[in-house]
Amino acid sequence: MNKTVRIALVALLCVGAAACTKKQETKPQAPQQPETTTAPAQPGAGKYTAADLDTDACLKQRVVYFDFDKDEVKPEFQQIMQCHAKFLQDVPTSRMTLDGNADERGTREYNLGLGERRGNAVSSALQANGGSASQINVISHGKEKPVCREHNEDCWSKNRRVEIVYTAT
Amino acid sequence: MRRSSRSLITLLLLFIAGLVAGPAMAQQSLNVQIVGGVKSATPVAVVPFAQQGAPLPTDIADVIRNDLNRCGKFRSLAVSEIVEQPSQGSDIKFATWRLLKQDYIVIGRIKDAGNGMVTVEYELWDVNRQQRLLGNAMPPASISDLRGVAHQIADAIFQQITGIPGAFWTRIAYVTMVGSGNNATYSLIVADSDGYNPQVVARSHEALLSPKWSPDGTRIAYVSFESGNSAVYIQNITTGSRQLISGRAKGINSAPAWSPDGTKLALSLSYTGNPEIYVMDLGSRQETRLTRSLAINTEPVWSPDGQSIYFTSDRSGRPQIYRMSAGGGTPERVSFQGQQNLDAAISYDSKQTAMVQANGNVYRIAIVDQSLGGQVRFLSPGPIDESPSFAPNASMLIYAATDGARDVLYAVSNDGLVRQRLALADGDVRQPSWGPYRKQ
Repeated sequence: MNKTVRIALVALLCVGAAACTKKQETKPQAPQQPETTTAPAQPGAGKYTAADLDTDACLKQRVVYFDFDKDEVKPEFQQIMQCHAKFLQDVPTSRMTLDGNADERGTREYNLGLGERRGNAVSSALQANGGSASQINVISHGKEKPVCREHNEDCWSKNRRVEIVYTAT
Repeated sequence: MRRSSRSLITLLLLFIAGLVAGPAMAQQSLNVQIVGGVKSATPVAVVPFAQQGAPLPTDIADVIRNDLNRCGKFRSLAVSEIVEQPSQGSDIKFATWRLLKQDYIVIGRIKDAGNGMVTVEYELWDVNRQQRLLGNAMPPASISDLRGVAHQIADAIFQQITGIPGAFWTRIAYVTMVGSGNNATYSLIVADSDGYNPQVVARSHEALLSPKWSPDGTRIAYVSFESGNSAVYIQNITTGSRQLISGRAKGINSAPAWSPDGTKLALSLSYTGNPEIYVMDLGSRQETRLTRSLAINTEPVWSPDGQSIYFTSDRSGRPQIYRMSAGGGTPERVSFQGQQNLDAAISYDSKQTAMVQANGNVYRIAIVDQSLGGQVRFLSPGPIDESPSFAPNASMLIYAATDGARDVLYAVSNDGLVRQRLALADGDVRQPSWGPYRKQ
């Protein structure tokens, strides 16, 4: 009882001052990838090896962003699709999980569906570039794993994403 | 000797089980605030209950007052204006309460029943007719359970005056998240309908979603990401025992919904490529697929008669609510106002359908009232409101909202005029589900 009253008081103090809630605003700790203008994948060059995952400028890019309510892989991410698909081909033992995510708009269950659609779109793009379906696993997190929790388009655009996570090489 | 060491081991095992997913544990309380009030609500004076001996942990009259206030149908007299404190019907000076413009007065007495138990007696009087409407003695109760006793008295008062059973003595389930990223802890909590007495049902470092009460109130179906992917479980909230219902490695396993008779669970599963609605018979574990479209089909919910299933689908381009026979068949779209409609909830009498309605970036809880010719009214201000769930008597509804950086719950009267905010001091609260009437 005592505890409840104490906590309730804290809440009351916060109600008047909007600043109080602002203060708890989450700091975007986004593992933001640099813009996608880097390194051409060297098609036709030597085969990738596991070590290239940490060094190759293209393979180091592991996040694909989407437009609102869309699941198309945009042209600027084609290069990333190509190099990761090539990696899957060159290292047949490699496996990846595609973590599909959505922004906060819409219900949690519906957003699980949207996140999956984006994961499937990246999976299709990787397969179209030569990756094998057996190497790819799609998991949707819906809006449960935001990298940013502000309520604006800038933040939403960071959350509408598919993260490429290698689980075996 | 031997026996005692065995029971010690049993205890230890129970304790270990409790760490994973276990018998309910006490949990940090929610902040509870009631906002708003209704001028037209019925005025009731709830006089402090008379009691001798050591002060009790619960102010019964205060719990009753809060219950009556938050449902929106009553306006209880402030304690500071309660100038007389009768505890017997013969002590009531009706002129006083008429002067205070009260329609009803509630009085009561608490009697020691020994062994930490008390008996609570109460009376409800009509002030204008000077007539006693209720006079009851509650069964002896532990002093630690007096909030439950108070809620039951509030239910009896509500029913006597409105003709509808009260639903204060019910529970809610919800999910809390404390911390963030890899340090996040999710808890599935069960609490009294006013947010008190929270107990942990399950805990995980991965997301927990979509808790749904079994119709008998003994189990909760929910979604857990503890394995890395979504999986649906059913857990007994008293024993903590748990069954995996659907945990396919491929695709989403989600959106559980109990049939009204508790024998089946509707689900949304995407192992075929996109989320489709299935019904699982919980006895035989047989699954029947009900939808066939390339769209997202999710958030199933049964009509109270068990004949239909409502669900969310974006087969027409944007998410809308559809209804189909519980045996399958062609779905028909039932939501037409607003750009998007999602996550339907149906009142016990099927007259009202609550849903999340989106226009632009604003998501609000809307109620479509069949008894008012399908009129739509908004219960919440937005912008990111979701998870509507009716109290079993539909006098109130609980939903999730985002207040700045925090996710909170609001329990709101059916007319939307009184709102109770339920928040956690250092975390998020989400995914409320209002449980059925209690039997014990």
